[in-house]
Amino acid sequence: MKLNRFFKIIFLSEFIKGIFIAIKEIFSKKKTINYPFEKGKISPRFRGEHALRRYPNGEERCIACKLCEAVCPAQAITIENEERSDGSRKTTRYDIDMLKCIYCGLCEESCPVDAIVQGPNFEFSTETREELYYNKEKLLENGDRWESVLAENIKLDKPYR
Amino acid sequence: METFLQIYNETYKILLLLVPILISVALIVWFDRRVWGFVQKRKGPNVVGPFGLFQTLADALKYIFKEIIIPASANKIVFILAPIITMTLALSAWAVIPLSDKMVIADINVGILYIFAISSLSVYGIIMGGWASNSKYPFLGAIRSAAQMVSYEVSIGIIIINVLLCVGSLNLKDIVMAQQNLWFVVPLFPMFVVFFISALAETNRPPFDLPEAEAELVAGYQTEYSGMMYAMFWLGEYANILLLCALGSILFLGGWLSPVDIYPLNAIPGIFWMIFKILILFFMFALIKAIVPRYRYDQLMRLGWKIFLPFSLIYVVLTASFLVYFDLLPK
Repeated sequence: MKLNRFFKIIFLSEFIKGIFIAIKEIFSKKKTINYPFEKGKISPRFRGEHALRRYPNGEERCIACKLCEAVCPAQAITIENEERSDGSRKTTRYDIDMLKCIYCGLCEESCPVDAIVQGPNFEFSTETREELYYNKEKLLENGDRWESVLAENIKLDKPYR
Repeated sequence: METFLQIYNETYKILLLLVPILISVALIVWFDRRVWGFVQKRKGPNVVGPFGLFQTLADALKYIFKEIIIPASANKIVFILAPIITMTLALSAWAVIPLSDKMVIADINVGILYIFAISSLSVYGIIMGGWASNSKYPFLGAIRSAAQMVSYEVSIGIIIINVLLCVGSLNLKDIVMAQQNLWFVVPLFPMFVVFFISALAETNRPPFDLPEAEAELVAGYQTEYSGMMYAMFWLGEYANILLLCALGSILFLGGWLSPVDIYPLNAIPGIFWMIFKILILFFMFALIKAIVPRYRYDQLMRLGWKIFLPFSLIYVVLTASFLVYFDLLPK
């Protein structure tokens, strides 16, 4: 047994094995994703940038129930509401401080009408802090821009909710 | 006028060697990182230029524009001198390396001794850098590096004696020409392996990169260096690695000679064979870097003094007695 080990060390057998493994790995398929040009696959549950959605007829979904504001652990959401002329309760202010947000997804989960959602977009870095204080217009605009993806994601995730 | 012309000629020759060496150092750093990445299933640098070839140039540009920070308690003169010495010595050793039968700056008859002297001196750059930083990690790194380089130089010296016994000359050209019939890697194969491993230790490459063991010593003797001075240390280090690859191919792999002396192969200019052999050896350096963990310091010292030194000494005796017994000693 000891002699066996001695010969192994003398002939560097483990090194030679390692070199062959390394040469084999050189020709293997690489795992790298060239990020800005290629992107990895994102799950439908991915919690990225927030968006406020609308109904197909253009009406805002949000009913100002303030569940998201209440559940938000970082207290990043601020909502003010008013009764509109047609008697429905709508928000006049819906702010998210994206710097406070911890992207936990509780707002999305608590929303009874699927109004506030977290989309697949994670590339929204800015040069100033002020740009990351999102208001209602910005969130609704996000919703309009990502609506097709958001609806698809919600549909895909429905069976597991 | 005559002296001026001579100086001009010499400078021209030196530049003709040094500029390609500096460029190939840049390429070899890229090659090293690329192989390292490929073994680990990464792609390595591939953005700057075709296949990322200009990555090192971009890095060098970055280093040039960075501020050189000199610690307040450092010995300024020695601190600045250290990287300069490292790089100068690493490059000056190239003067005697024959890239083909005609391409050599200084064809002196003690070429191998000159290389050995220069590479022993290069430890000064590291010691000076570590000491002048006046800080604990560089100092410890420099001590380790000095001890390591000294110990492995001893075994490299004895390995070279093996080759010299078979050649009978210290001239590097003669060493290559003596291998026309048989490369020394065949009869002296164990010595080639020991030489390769000692070369890894001599140039502070993994698994012997203890002087810059980042887990213990931050970055060893380079800790306090920044900007161009840091880049010069790296340049020196990689020029040294290339030098040892060249030395390995001259001593054991027949330098610029083609593997077999038949028509299509021996028509290729010698320099291509030389570069090819250097690249193969460097590829092994890069592979080894990717597959091995770092040695502990006492293991390193044990390997150098207790295994390599006696082993190569015994092999010297074996080679000498073989040559004497069969009357093969070079005249």
